[in-house]
Amino acid sequence: MTCCTMDVDSTLALGGQAPSAEEIALSSHAVGDGLRQIDLSVPDVHCGGCITAIEASLARLPFVQGARVNLTARRVSCVYAESVDGRISDPTAIFEAIAKTGYRAHLSVAAPLQSDRLRNQLLLAVGVSGFAAANIMLLSVSIWSGADAATRDMFHWISAMIAAPALVYAGRFFFASAWSALKRGRTNMDVPISLAVTLSYAVSLWETMHHGEHAWFDASVSLLFFLLIGRTLDHVMREKAREAINGLARITPRGALVLSPDGTTRYVPVEEIAIGDRIAVAAGERIPVDATIATGASEVDLSIVTGESSPVSVTEGDTVSSGAMNLTGSLVIRATKTAKNSLLAEIIALMEAAEGGRARYRRIADRAAALYSPVVHLLALVTFLAWGIFGGDWKQAMLIAVAVLIITCPCALGLAVPVVQVVAAGELFRKGIMVKDGSALERLAEIDTVAFDKTGTLTIGRPRLVEATQEGNAVAIAAGMAAHSRHPLSVALVRGAAVAPRRFDAVTEVPGGGLEVSAEEGLYRLGSAAFACGGDLSADTRDAAYSEAILSRNGQQLARFRFEDMLRPGAADAVAQLAASGVESVMLSGDRKAVVDRTAAGLGIRHAFAALTPKGKVEACANLGAGGHRVLMVGDGINDAPALAAAHVSMAPASASDIGRQAADLVFFHDRLDAVPQALRVARRAGRLIRQNFVLAIGYNILAVPVAIAGYATPLIAAVAMSTSSIIVVLNALRLNTPGKAPGRPAVPMAMEARPS
Amino acid sequence: MNMLIYLIPIALFMGGMGLCAFLWSLKSGQYDDLEGAAWRVLADDEAATSGRPGDGGQP
Repeated sequence: MTCCTMDVDSTLALGGQAPSAEEIALSSHAVGDGLRQIDLSVPDVHCGGCITAIEASLARLPFVQGARVNLTARRVSCVYAESVDGRISDPTAIFEAIAKTGYRAHLSVAAPLQSDRLRNQLLLAVGVSGFAAANIMLLSVSIWSGADAATRDMFHWISAMIAAPALVYAGRFFFASAWSALKRGRTNMDVPISLAVTLSYAVSLWETMHHGEHAWFDASVSLLFFLLIGRTLDHVMREKAREAINGLARITPRGALVLSPDGTTRYVPVEEIAIGDRIAVAAGERIPVDATIATGASEVDLSIVTGESSPVSVTEGDTVSSGAMNLTGSLVIRATKTAKNSLLAEIIALMEAAEGGRARYRRIADRAAALYSPVVHLLALVTFLAWGIFGGDWKQAMLIAVAVLIITCPCALGLAVPVVQVVAAGELFRKGIMVKDGSALERLAEIDTVAFDKTGTLTIGRPRLVEATQEGNAVAIAAGMAAHSRHPLSVALVRGAAVAPRRFDAVTEVPGGGLEVSAEEGLYRLGSAAFACGGDLSADTRDAAYSEAILSRNGQQLARFRFEDMLRPGAADAVAQLAASGVESVMLSGDRKAVVDRTAAGLGIRHAFAALTPKGKVEACANLGAGGHRVLMVGDGINDAPALAAAHVSMAPASASDIGRQAADLVFFHDRLDAVPQALRVARRAGRLIRQNFVLAIGYNILAVPVAIAGYATPLIAAVAMSTSSIIVVLNALRLNTPGKAPGRPAVPMAMEARPS
Repeated sequence: MNMLIYLIPIALFMGGMGLCAFLWSLKSGQYDDLEGAAWRVLADDEAATSGRPGDGGQP
């Protein structure tokens, strides 16, 4: 057989590639008493029925002690005994049990504890500051409504005592961030926040000691409370996206079956494979490290490695690179590099070198703060000096200067960006697009060029039967033979055949050739022209835009089938929508020129670059960037990863390689490529709302600051002004949801259902 | 004004109780799976399985 690629998920589904018991053992961890816990990700769970179905099916296994589904993270954690009554338990049964209930499961990366801990710390800080703010506000209301003399002093003291621990505990996130910014000689939003909070507390304490009338404890604590809410939401949003992305199937293998010289086999983690080890790779498995083939012949699918869409025939002595999928025959390979030095490592080095532009990007909030905080601090200083010099009362000058700082404290400004981004990310999440962090949205809103990878991005990486020249019942015969094979073309043939396939019993697969069966009429062969007809016709099909397969009987050609890589649904639509919104599309592909040009012509993409190496893609991105363009790179393969890191912002489909998904800023779960213009629309709308929020927040300051400078600001006025401006900013951010209120169910399960299985 | 001597500690104590309840619920993992919890309310008891891996089982 000749051509084509295969999407990873369909491969997994077709092959029923449940991980081996050894691989499961590698990724589980002991929890004591001979029990082990394993975390699986089950991307399809979406309701209460799923929970009970999976939990009940696992509970029926004798060695499973307990199983619990986490619907939010789409994850199952299962505790099982290593052995029951002296019998070693087989953890693959867990996968079988889940598969029987109709859900896909794969090993997931162990739950990231660190960021869970950060989320809990943030929530605790919100709780503590909320508690403090509520109690202090209660006391402040009594003061505002007329408590005076000894009562007021007592209330101030109680407030001070509540506020102190709350500020230290809840404010530490801001203080730490402000300090690290100042250390590097920069400012960020947290600098004015920290300054306002600490100064207002110090002055209020001093006032309290001297039986003063105004204390700002309520302002400083409720400020922290509001800002912490924004920060926590931001963290939770990123967390949710990361969990969803981590839940996808791992593509690179965790370990491999190493053949020892004495003939035994053992399963070792990829990192422990040494140069010269002999490794068995069955059909349907991925090559774990760069290697040469010791024995066996097969075809390997390099689509995720190089973007090359046709499988390549390999035989003894050929080199294969890590990440390639072994399609048809079993191989024994000899490792030529360790995992650390394999292709993947080179790609990572390229990525690190390419990552300059993104690290230099400064977030909108930080750029605003760089302008805002010097102005505010200068204003407070001028107020202090002016009141001191002209009024003569330095104590009052100090109070007024602090009032200016508190009024201008960027409470609304600090909420203006995160709230919009959280709402926008939530909107995208519902559409099946995960955003890894807020700055990605800012960068996405700025782009004017989209660079698409071809295989796996513009196309779905799965061939489709487009043409069959045949006589009689050839299609039925071919489909009957193809049903015995997992080769992507065979799968496409079975799916594309309009007639019922004829049944065969003993179809043999010839690695690197095709399928063979002997029936009463003669010997049928299905595969490449050379294999089926015996001639040497392989040379001229190498450069064709189509892949083809030929059915022959006794060497006589009966039928010819042509296949084409399927375009991702909505691809043409997406390119047109992008063009309509003023964004140009280009194509960067590692595939052959003929195929690339055909796809580009079909989609109306004018600039297409073919046969690019990973480095070539980075250079193409850099050239576009040097030409003044902001580039969104959309790609999936290992070869795209450096370009994904180099581009201004990047996006990958959920079926992308592990490293591609890691490198991308956004990951979309739908099959449809519409996700790109959709994300762009939301990002641009979010950008507009952020600017509006800035205008609102600064407008409020322009109104309030003169009052403070004139010395009329009281804690009551500050509290009212601050809360109203924050609420206005939040309400404005929520407007993002209103235009796109599509009747929708959660997008993720929908995307999963759309996948063929 | 004397009643303030009781009222303020009572108010603070009740607020503190609320805070402690929040801390406890956070520590015992009740915010780990908000969507799942909403569905589990509706599940039949006999169908629900026992055992809670993940409860402090993390390394």
